[in-house]
Amino acid sequence: MSVAITIRGAGVVGLCVATELASRGFQISIHDPAPTPGPQACSWWAGGMLAPFCEGESAEEPVGRLGQQAADWWAAQGVEVVRNGSLVVTLGRDRQELDRFTRRTEGHVTLDSGALAKIEPQLEGRFDRALHFPDEAHLNPRRALMALRTRLEAAGVRFEKSDAMPDGQVIDCRGLAARDTLTDLRGVKGEMVILRAPDVELLRPVRLLHPRFPLYIVPRGDGVFMLGATQIESGERDRATVRSVMELLSAAYALHPAFGEAELVEIGVDARPAFPDNLPRVRRRGRVIYVNGLYRHGYLLAPALARMVADLLIEGNRPEVMDEDRG
Amino acid sequence: MPFFYGTEIASRLMLGTAQYPSPAILADAFKRSGAGVATVSIRREAGGERAGQDFWDLIRDLNVQVLPNTAGCHSVREAVTTAQMARELFDTRWIKLEVIGHADTLQPDPFGLVEAARILTEDGFQVFPYCTEDLVLCDRLLSAGCGVLMPWGAPIGTGLGLNNIYGLRSLRAHFPDVPMVIDAGLGLPSQAAQAMEMGFDAVLLNTAVAKAGDPAAMAEGFAKAVEAGTLARRADPMEPRDMAAPSTPVLGKAFLE
Repeated sequence: MSVAITIRGAGVVGLCVATELASRGFQISIHDPAPTPGPQACSWWAGGMLAPFCEGESAEEPVGRLGQQAADWWAAQGVEVVRNGSLVVTLGRDRQELDRFTRRTEGHVTLDSGALAKIEPQLEGRFDRALHFPDEAHLNPRRALMALRTRLEAAGVRFEKSDAMPDGQVIDCRGLAARDTLTDLRGVKGEMVILRAPDVELLRPVRLLHPRFPLYIVPRGDGVFMLGATQIESGERDRATVRSVMELLSAAYALHPAFGEAELVEIGVDARPAFPDNLPRVRRRGRVIYVNGLYRHGYLLAPALARMVADLLIEGNRPEVMDEDRG
Repeated sequence: MPFFYGTEIASRLMLGTAQYPSPAILADAFKRSGAGVATVSIRREAGGERAGQDFWDLIRDLNVQVLPNTAGCHSVREAVTTAQMARELFDTRWIKLEVIGHADTLQPDPFGLVEAARILTEDGFQVFPYCTEDLVLCDRLLSAGCGVLMPWGAPIGTGLGLNNIYGLRSLRAHFPDVPMVIDAGLGLPSQAAQAMEMGFDAVLLNTAVAKAGDPAAMAEGFAKAVEAGTLARRADPMEPRDMAAPSTPVLGKAFLE
């Protein structure tokens, strides 16, 4: 008989861990006060960029390395992963930002304006230089969560509406809600906007570097775009401010004026769970394993962490991001 | 070490706490540099129910003097309200007063600054005004009750160093007894050393450290530069002159030919 495990939390981490464990023969149930993917999980508001190389600009080493598994993992779960790479550009007077980004990242090629126009025709004439990261990818986070849930249900995984501590072996993937136990966890507020701009066509995520208002735009298909995201040292999970939204919108407008005529579809806000070094952790305390602190790298790192948890349970391998193991 | 409003600071290097890759790296930067004062912005982080508390707790754990600021405030009223919030949050009368007058250059609004400084001083605050090197403005700030001045080196985040050497030198000379901190615009340790050599009491910077590839190493570099500049100032440097003066006497040769 297979071992029964309860996963607390049906966000991106909970669903990825469940998927990995179910595929390795465990009998899984998932408990969450709201077990259907939705706005209560911060992964609902994510950008969905699988950009291990770009993230290397500010994140520490394990993020880029572990993140390189993500695109294949998601594709293997039947999630649509768009492997068109990503672009990084900057406005004329901030060109030093692009130099710095070039120095601090790997896996890119520099494009002149002609080469940029060839792969991203609508940016023709707007930037004289761009960085292209051909091996990066992106996905639609909400569809990805739904797809995992559907597959898990088909595989016999039970979803239960519950916030109580279950019996037996537990994997706690509750994100910021686990702050009741993980006291060094903090929230980093992020605000995002979803636009419908049928006039704009982008084939891949574009990052606009700016010393004050950095922005990324992720195409979601059908003329829909996600603009993200602020990073504010605050655990606030609601209340997008005028200033933040204005900054995101003006950066988008600067990237392409056609965004000026876009329809505002959604303004979102939530807080990302993060530890002081902004790196994820696996912690074992008795029968509970905590997987948390994925910060702005939920979709990028959850697959690697899910594998680590499975390897810990099956092989007894200590995850490289485990900083506590108390029986 | 200099005294600000009767409190001796632990180091002439003061660091901002924004834009670091992570709070852990921020803590490293403080540890390696021995910086004595941390400035913290609260305008945007505050929100409902002290939503920024976790980050502020991390700042408190640095065990350095905390100097809350009113970064992001564009009007007197905003700055005053933010200062009052900061006093409650950090239980300190110190406030680094920023009233931004120009959105693009983040240049201080000198008129609003003087007014806000007066209101806050009357309310019991000890104000550290972020100002330009303008003599008249600085004089007005002192009349408004400020006991410390924080003239810029260059606009915030530009890393251009000391843009107006003449103005800063003349400001230093006119108010020799007022503690002064060069705030903003520094990009390299050599510029911090220069400020100390000119007789400023401390430097405050953020972007130069936070946005460096290795923030902790850069913070240490700044600490060493600040120490070098301070030593040089105390050592009474030689005056520059045009005529060469060989350090080894040239014996047996005719001179002044």
